[in-house]
Amino acid sequence: MRRLGADAVEVRTPERLAGLDGLVIPGGESTTMTRLIDSAGLEPALRAHHEAGRPILGTCAGLIVCDAEHLGFIDATARRNAFGRQLQSFEADLEVIGAGEEPLRAVFIRAPWVERTGEGVEVLATWDGHPVAIREGSVLASAFHPELTDDPRFHAIFMAMITKAAEQSRANREKEGAPR
Amino acid sequence: MPDRATFRLKTGLAEMLKGGVIMDVVTPEEAKIAEEAGAVAVMALERVPADIRRDGGVARMSDPAMIKGIQEAVTIPVMAKARIGHFAEAQVLQALEVDYIDESEVLTPADEVNHIDKLAFDVPFVCGATNLGEALRRIGEGAAMIRSKGEAGTGNVVEAVRHMREITSGIRRLSQLRPEELAAAAKELPAPLEVVQEVAAAGRLPVPLFCAGGIATPADAALMMQLGAEGNFVGSGIFKSSDPARRARAIVEATTHYEDPERVAAASIGLGEAMSGLEIAPLAEQGALLQHRGG
Repeated sequence: MRRLGADAVEVRTPERLAGLDGLVIPGGESTTMTRLIDSAGLEPALRAHHEAGRPILGTCAGLIVCDAEHLGFIDATARRNAFGRQLQSFEADLEVIGAGEEPLRAVFIRAPWVERTGEGVEVLATWDGHPVAIREGSVLASAFHPELTDDPRFHAIFMAMITKAAEQSRANREKEGAPR
Repeated sequence: MPDRATFRLKTGLAEMLKGGVIMDVVTPEEAKIAEEAGAVAVMALERVPADIRRDGGVARMSDPAMIKGIQEAVTIPVMAKARIGHFAEAQVLQALEVDYIDESEVLTPADEVNHIDKLAFDVPFVCGATNLGEALRRIGEGAAMIRSKGEAGTGNVVEAVRHMREITSGIRRLSQLRPEELAAAAKELPAPLEVVQEVAAAGRLPVPLFCAGGIATPADAALMMQLGAEGNFVGSGIFKSSDPARRARAIVEATTHYEDPERVAAASIGLGEAMSGLEIAPLAEQGALLQHRGG
């Protein structure tokens, strides 16, 4: 994100999330993350961020945390560890809509896949018939780890969403301010 | 075609565990308590280090039935230990599809000269180290994650502190050197030159660095994170304490919020008794230190 020009900080507390234009929920262990979101009291701040239309990128565990059975930020259901244990982890060239003609190197580590997608959900990539990159509104999610490669194209899709959302919110503020 | 078992996939899993706590467990029930408390992974073993130390005898790889039971009990990654140099134990653990193998000094070494050729395996390995040379030799052999050795089963963090400082200050020293000085540094450590060059250029290890060996309290966990650990292994410290579930949660909390003393303080309240600890000097006199196994 920094390479794409973002000023990036780590979020561990609700206070730290306030005022940020976008949020990445990266890979990790989704059970651990869910518990820590709870113990740090992050959920209200995450909901406020999402409701304000500020973009969220969830990768791997981040995809699971955003799904319909967890925070419900995206109308899709992930299946945890769908590809199996570490021995079944793999990397492959993957065509992703919006990332250009060339496939990108996708790294799947004990990865989930998307079992069900709602009507409004755009599928950006599939592997073996299963959606592995999806988008709905301000939420972008992948089953693979774009953060483990040097290829910035998946993050660039997210960066464009942030720029657009920030411009829109500025325009809205100006519109609201105009009649006064 | 997909590629499997690449170095990126091996270190990648360890990357996903960063900032978290990996807990030693000996039963499926303990594994569930660990998962519920927020552990990012569990280490399945037959006896925690404190008990291995107490019971003596030869400590070996765990019973596969026990490892399978733990794999069925939790959805987080399951690691298991093989004896230093015992590549057949490691083959068994790979056949069981554990997520990581710890080639561990806590078990009785099977080979006093050679470590396992970790590059020959698809499952990634974590190895212990007391200093930078040892860490880089293990990486040269294919380890995808390094942990301090500390002194397992003592509940005494002093050796983990020493090892973490040795490793991180060693990295800082390497990154100050000029390129032509690296060959001599590699000879002195000793460690493979390519790994030395990589560390000098990046100013960090090419794999995640965790702490292990002696963490017993939330403050211990916060200390190790501030000293440069990217995550913590906790062995006897949790299930040898009076209230394991609570202490496990507190150590997770302190590892996550290690820079926030107020949160570490709050996590430390009312935990009950920590495991009773051991002094290092008497162990050294008895020749009972585990950290000198494998070098």
